[in-house]
Amino acid sequence: MTTIFGIPLAALFGQLLIGLINGSFYALLSLGLAVIFGLLRVINFAHGAQYMLGAFVAYLLLQYIGIGYWPALIVAPLIVGAFGALVERFLLSRLYNLDPLYGLLFTFGMALAIEGTFRYFYGASGQPYAPPALLTGGTNLGFMFLPNYRGWVVVVSLIVCIGTWLLIEKTKIGSYLRAATENSTLVQSFGINVPMLLTLTYGLGAALAAFAGVLAAPIYQVSPLMGSNIIIVVFAVVVVGGMGSIMGAIITGYVLGVAEGLTKVFYPEASNIVVFVIMAIVLLLRPAGLFGRDG
Amino acid sequence: MTHAAQPSPVAEPVRNTKNAATVQIAFLLAGTLLLVLAPLFFYPIFLMKILCFALFACAFNLLLGYTGLLSFGHATFFGGAAYFTAHAVKEWGLPVELGILVGVAGAAALGLIMGFFAIRRQGIYFAMITLALSQMFFFFCLQAGFTHGEDGIQSVPRGDLLGFIDLNSSTNMYYFVLAVFVIGMVVIWRFINSPFGMILKSIRENEQRAISLGYSVARYKLGAFVMSAALAGLAGAMKALVFQFATLTDVAWQMSGEVILMTLLGGIGTLIGPIFGAGLVVTLQNYLATSDFPVTIITGVVFMVCVLVFRRGIIGEFYASRLGRRLGFQHRR
Repeated sequence: MTTIFGIPLAALFGQLLIGLINGSFYALLSLGLAVIFGLLRVINFAHGAQYMLGAFVAYLLLQYIGIGYWPALIVAPLIVGAFGALVERFLLSRLYNLDPLYGLLFTFGMALAIEGTFRYFYGASGQPYAPPALLTGGTNLGFMFLPNYRGWVVVVSLIVCIGTWLLIEKTKIGSYLRAATENSTLVQSFGINVPMLLTLTYGLGAALAAFAGVLAAPIYQVSPLMGSNIIIVVFAVVVVGGMGSIMGAIITGYVLGVAEGLTKVFYPEASNIVVFVIMAIVLLLRPAGLFGRDG
Repeated sequence: MTHAAQPSPVAEPVRNTKNAATVQIAFLLAGTLLLVLAPLFFYPIFLMKILCFALFACAFNLLLGYTGLLSFGHATFFGGAAYFTAHAVKEWGLPVELGILVGVAGAAALGLIMGFFAIRRQGIYFAMITLALSQMFFFFCLQAGFTHGEDGIQSVPRGDLLGFIDLNSSTNMYYFVLAVFVIGMVVIWRFINSPFGMILKSIRENEQRAISLGYSVARYKLGAFVMSAALAGLAGAMKALVFQFATLTDVAWQMSGEVILMTLLGGIGTLIGPIFGAGLVVTLQNYLATSDFPVTIITGVVFMVCVLVFRRGIIGEFYASRLGRRLGFQHRR
């Protein structure tokens, strides 16, 4: 068997793939956080809960209405996005002229309430969710065995990340959004409905989180705790990347996911904390984050 | 000036503030008397739990209320000190006083490390960094040998205070916890009314101006962070002795969230508010512990309601009410 530094090559590629998968979720989630923070100046603590909601909506759709994976990939983000938009419109929007910390605390409370509700009904254990028939099985790439579903996750999340980036950087609505990030009063004076833009942005962020949740459902089990487990790591990713740039959030997400995977190969004990260690080092060397513009 | 008109804090007559001080002292005396008599009416363990969490919340408030820094990682100091004290007393066989000292010193050291990294960023980033570092400490506790992982450190001996007061009697233990609590509160009171505390308040109000006045803001923030961590550690050390165990629950992020809720509910930036907040939350938890309804839902909803409509908290609302203002209390925001 081929080895590198005494590590079997197959194990190395296997962990690299897991790292890439985790990185896909980090990228999707930190992207949503960055989009929301850019415009609303709110750190969405409920992002993990919305990710969990996405997975649960897909699970419930299958369980009770018989709607499968493919429609759920569209429907679940729409439902969670609409829920997010309602929350923003009626509750979160009341906090904009206060200290941004209140937005963080509000969404933290929301995350607790959502998580608690699902724990009450489904317990802390996970529910299995089968991958779609089209993507079961795997492909032998010669140097490693790639489960088809995991390959799909990496590809589709990359497409969604780049699509969101294009939406924000290259389209007209994206230019409104960027302009409102810079100076919302001025943009409003040009006749653009900024409150509506804020609502849509929060909805979009929540929908992205839910999309990641549906993608994650067949890989990890659908569990009420899946959101809070990942959100803290994503926060560290966001601190490393800095929330100034969308592309920065995406790249940092993938890089840190891969770094975590590699740590699992070479020093498994530290794999839980490697992202936090990287965060600490970045804080020492570049306090504003790798792509950050603001303090 | 009519009482209905909202006086600005600047226009507040001086004699009124004196009045407020008198009222506060009266409240404090009454409160202390109640706490001394409380074990006649309530279960001592329950009271001790409230006192520990009240001290924890007040220590946290030192940072959020008086320096304007929201730490999402205070569970590290509370739970970390609980582990250190439990280990020192149980495995090293140290007397109780030294065990507590070990816990407090350990929490202060952790605070120094976490503060060193966290004060490099402000506001929301500060909160996220403390949360991430605290999660790192959680994973450390999960894997480190001395914490015994999921089991925690169990059956920690309470021992004898000063060698002759048997702390296994819950009455003795209660008065010991009460004494520590009062000492902790006096330390906090002295701290926020010292020149150091005044500078912290100026940083909270306007950091740029404090910098331009020549204060080394980073150092003051770090000082406040370590102070808050040490006091949170004192609370954690006492908790380990009261319940005679230290577990992962104490270092988990939910604990950091709980202490924020206690402070918010009682009144951010008020000296005694967090005590009320802690009392309410602990009572609620005890009450719900017997039902199968999850506390998390209530906690989350209370959080949302507080942030939306009750940002001053119980004591803050009282200070801002007509009666509070007549008694001469001032309120911010």
